[in-house]
Amino acid sequence: MTVMNMIQALNSAHHVMMERDPATVVLGEDIGYFGGVFRVTEGLQKKFGKQRAFDSPISENGIVAIAVGMAAYGLRPVAEIQFADYIYPGFDQIVSECAKMRYRSAGEWHLPMVIRTPYGGGIFGGQTHSQSPEALFTHVAGIKTVIPSNPYDAKGLLISAIEDNDPVVFFEPKRIYNGPFDGFYERPVTPWARHPAAEVPDGHYTVPLGKAAIVREGEAITILAYGTMVHVALATAAAEGVDAEVIDLRTLVPVDIETIEESVKKTGRCLVVHEATRTSGFGAELAALVQERCFYHLEAPVIRVTGWDTPYPHSMEWAYFPGPVRLGLALKKALED
Amino acid sequence: MNKASERPNRPALSLHVPEPPARPGDEVDFSHIEIPAAGSVRRPDSSAPAADTHELVYSLVRVLDEEGKAVGPWDPKLDPDTLRRILRDMMMVRVFDDRMYRAQRQGKTSFYMKATGEEAIAVAGAHALDRDDMCFPTYRQQGLLVARDYPLVQMMCQIYSNRGDPLKGRQLPIMYASNAHGFFTISGNLATQFPQAVGWAMASAISGDSRIAAGYIGDGSTAEGDFHAACTFAGVYRAPVILNVVNNQWAISTFSGMAGGELTTFAARAVGYGIAGLRVDGNDALAVYAATRWAADRARANLGPTLIEFFTYRVEGHSTSDDPSVYRPQNAGAAWPLGDPIARLKAHLVATGEWDDERHQDQLDALDAEVRAAQKEAEKLGTLQSDPFLDIASMFEEVFEELPWHLKEQQAQALAEAEAKRK
Repeated sequence: MTVMNMIQALNSAHHVMMERDPATVVLGEDIGYFGGVFRVTEGLQKKFGKQRAFDSPISENGIVAIAVGMAAYGLRPVAEIQFADYIYPGFDQIVSECAKMRYRSAGEWHLPMVIRTPYGGGIFGGQTHSQSPEALFTHVAGIKTVIPSNPYDAKGLLISAIEDNDPVVFFEPKRIYNGPFDGFYERPVTPWARHPAAEVPDGHYTVPLGKAAIVREGEAITILAYGTMVHVALATAAAEGVDAEVIDLRTLVPVDIETIEESVKKTGRCLVVHEATRTSGFGAELAALVQERCFYHLEAPVIRVTGWDTPYPHSMEWAYFPGPVRLGLALKKALED
Repeated sequence: MNKASERPNRPALSLHVPEPPARPGDEVDFSHIEIPAAGSVRRPDSSAPAADTHELVYSLVRVLDEEGKAVGPWDPKLDPDTLRRILRDMMMVRVFDDRMYRAQRQGKTSFYMKATGEEAIAVAGAHALDRDDMCFPTYRQQGLLVARDYPLVQMMCQIYSNRGDPLKGRQLPIMYASNAHGFFTISGNLATQFPQAVGWAMASAISGDSRIAAGYIGDGSTAEGDFHAACTFAGVYRAPVILNVVNNQWAISTFSGMAGGELTTFAARAVGYGIAGLRVDGNDALAVYAATRWAADRARANLGPTLIEFFTYRVEGHSTSDDPSVYRPQNAGAAWPLGDPIARLKAHLVATGEWDDERHQDQLDALDAEVRAAQKEAEKLGTLQSDPFLDIASMFEEVFEELPWHLKEQQAQALAEAEAKRK
């Protein structure tokens, strides 16, 4: 066990998998000699050589397409898209190719590949370094969408994603790379070192895809969250003194419906929270699933707490971010209804 | 919006929109096509620096002359058996295409695409590659499958989306896929396969393999970003890949000028990327073979990619859904000055005493019988019209390796719906 932040945990997952499986290769912008703009791929090129960890041209279209070709050959490429906001040039390759390869070829080819990408706001990155585009991917049949919220899960989920025989888009909440930011932006950030999930095994282990985690048990209301918002939900529930059950989804597709259903049937109330814009966000899917399955257990409407339906504004970051005030008001409303 | 009146001292701008040289009702006009004599283009060694090929990208590698003689430094000097096999495979593609085109017209399937006039590119190309080199084709390289002995019955079952369809009724007709035949699953999203071929080739190089990849793209879709990504990555990492641009001059109704073909050649793209480039008479099976082998040798020697433009002409419509007579002169294909690839290779074999009209006719009859027999076999397993692939449960399989809960649930719903329809 070593105390790690999320970057170190993700880095460790790469080291473990590249050591274990020579088919694992890593590519992306600035990921080689330099080790990535967030340092997630640090030391890989030095240890495993340039042929297995190398810089790519600035072409997300190319990065994804090349990874598709490599996976079709039989390698397990892990491609980094430097910011999720840059993923769109690769979108056609992800949607039209990556997601459909196993199906369209009736299993002649499958693509064991991971597309990793830092996402989300809270870092004053402006509209091109803050987006949360996960719902664009959950809408596509044939790809799995994974989002960790702490170092232990980050490593275990990334290892599972690399070992998975289907393509995985792996979103990393960059605001919590270095510490579990809880949305109270005026307070100093606590480092991961003080968080129990920062205790990370040095070797190989997995956190299964498709399994949520109940990070706080409670009776009053179920909060469905992922990524940074898990910590915001926990902190808000504590600040408001609400006995919330907080579920960290960890995988959006396939989502862990059993855990969700069981919890909502128990609490009778549900609040869905994400940083992404509201309309057609993943929260809409969650709300629909909950009302389809738990309608007669619900005592109040399912509420969504999200980013606004605007581009991510630079100077007005904290007016945009769904922080403890927005979440607290929604919690009160959900409990009063 | 228009500021011209505020800027009287500036000339008014106007936009150039390319237009093909002839439209329906016009005389077919190929006078602008420059055709160097067969044998006149220099052949650099396949290990030459890329720049040494760059003057060739404005010329045209040709081997077969007007009398059917193989001339010049690019003559691959193939033995008669290989030549006859290439001829046979090209003829098979044409017979097969005619048969399946008719099947579509008879309502047995929804869609078909012929490769008429372009058979040499896939067939001679396949014979110049190793059997296990991976091809990333477009929808007009069925010749690769024929040359690699993929069963005709399976091709037809795919076209019919019937019970024998290896792709389980999921893909539009002719979007074949066979790993064992080095034929990558065809995508209807054009150009996407081009950088994937580069990725496959890079993986082969990373793995210390000796297989290479060959990507195919049409002239029209070179305008896609995928083309640029493919050439960039291929050049940067010296990927062992052959990047084939099949310039048949038409993208449905849009002529190649709309992809930049008026400005320069497609082979000339190689110059900008600093990779080797060749421009080849695509209707000359010997030139296709020679250029492909040259590029394959180069790739196998770790000398990187070659961009080859195969200059050809789409003789027929884009697909069964297209009628070219509404946008280009009638019979334009018959007037194409570089002739027909089958006729030209036949003339060569006849001129060298290795073939004659009688054998040609016998072979044509035999291929026709083979295709008819295969069709009969395939139709025993149904057609899209009579008995399509209908295994509703399978519709949900292979979206993922394992069926997740939501697909299991939807699978049950679809089966219940099918049951309700039966009642």
